[in-house]
Amino acid sequence: MTILRELLQSFLTFLERVGRLARFALQLLVITPAGLLRVRPIIEQVYNTGALSLVIIMTCGLFVGMVLGLQGYDLLTRFGSEEYLGTATALSLLRELGPVVTALLFAGRAGTALAAELGLMRATDQIAAMEIMAVDPMRRVVLPRFLGGVIAMPLLVAIFIVVGLFGAQLVGVQFFGVDSGSFWSQMRSAVELSDVREGLIKGFVFGIACSLIAVYEGYNALPTAEGVGRATTRTVVLSAVVTLILDYILTALML
Amino acid sequence: MRSTRTIDISTGLFVLLGFAAILFMVTQITNREFSLMSDSYRLEAAFENIGGLKPGAPVSMAGVTVGRVEDISYDMKLLKAVVTLRIDGRYNEIPNDSDASIFTAGLLGGQYVGLSPGGSEQPFRNGDQVEFVQDAVVLENLISKYLFNSAAQESEAATTPATAPAAQE
Repeated sequence: MTILRELLQSFLTFLERVGRLARFALQLLVITPAGLLRVRPIIEQVYNTGALSLVIIMTCGLFVGMVLGLQGYDLLTRFGSEEYLGTATALSLLRELGPVVTALLFAGRAGTALAAELGLMRATDQIAAMEIMAVDPMRRVVLPRFLGGVIAMPLLVAIFIVVGLFGAQLVGVQFFGVDSGSFWSQMRSAVELSDVREGLIKGFVFGIACSLIAVYEGYNALPTAEGVGRATTRTVVLSAVVTLILDYILTALML
Repeated sequence: MRSTRTIDISTGLFVLLGFAAILFMVTQITNREFSLMSDSYRLEAAFENIGGLKPGAPVSMAGVTVGRVEDISYDMKLLKAVVTLRIDGRYNEIPNDSDASIFTAGLLGGQYVGLSPGGSEQPFRNGDQVEFVQDAVVLENLISKYLFNSAAQESEAATTPATAPAAQE
């Protein structure tokens, strides 16, 4: 009986968290049109979340592409069709690996930074101070961070995919001697515009999800050192889980 | 805190890189060629069977890509698949009795429309119908035809020995 009650209790806590997250998201949505007009803070956040993540995104993109080149080449030579390497890498990068890996890196690089920053602001009473001065911290602090992340993500995804393609090209064409012409032309004939759209839409949705989770967890962190640490951890874990679940849903919708 | 100028410059660089990457994906990876000149014309061709032809597939003459498949629809009156071809305006002297066929690039490759020129003096004009068409070769049909043929030959071969000795006698 007690087990059942505990299960019910934890389910209710889960529902409560979902409800609070949804309310938080709605609050953000309501103030977004006005917030978009204040360009300066958004640019700063695009710099924080996007430009500062550039190096890690490009490095990881290069290596993911190179691994795809290796694995793809190994697999495709078994069927004697290594000229399809370009198609295989392009489709897997555009549809899955680009958005998903970028989102995971984004949660690790930018999401944690956002959550820790907001959590520290909460812990050091900066947010309370703003409220006292009648400055809405949602508009002033949370919204630009959220929007910066949403803007930066699709661009990061695009950069990741292109760098990854060049990584695959490096391994496939330069190391293994796949014909460069067939690498690119087979890719071009098989990849549709809808694949590019799918990747960018996924990047956009993951950007919304990861940024929302990061600012939510940071903003609602317990105002202690431990609370900030837990908020950062939860950001990464929740972002990763939500990204992968959303990925399945989006793929099922768009395939 | 770094100066706003540094932030602006690196943000600008990042956004520029991002859009360059998107542009690269749209133009270099996909089979869409964005020609800024809208100088092109459309032809229509009705096929019994288009196999796996998709919008965006190339239209080629003698191996040169002269256009793209723009749209594919099914005509309920003709009971045929109507394929709209968008031909580059540079190639405006294609004889209007040319024929369109659906070919497959390689054994596993995508399908494309091949135009082979006819002998007419009149060129195609915008909206013209390609009269002479040849459908896609469906591999299953080929295989079944081959199987039925060989089965028929076998049954023939099975009956001929019985009659042949009688003819010899």
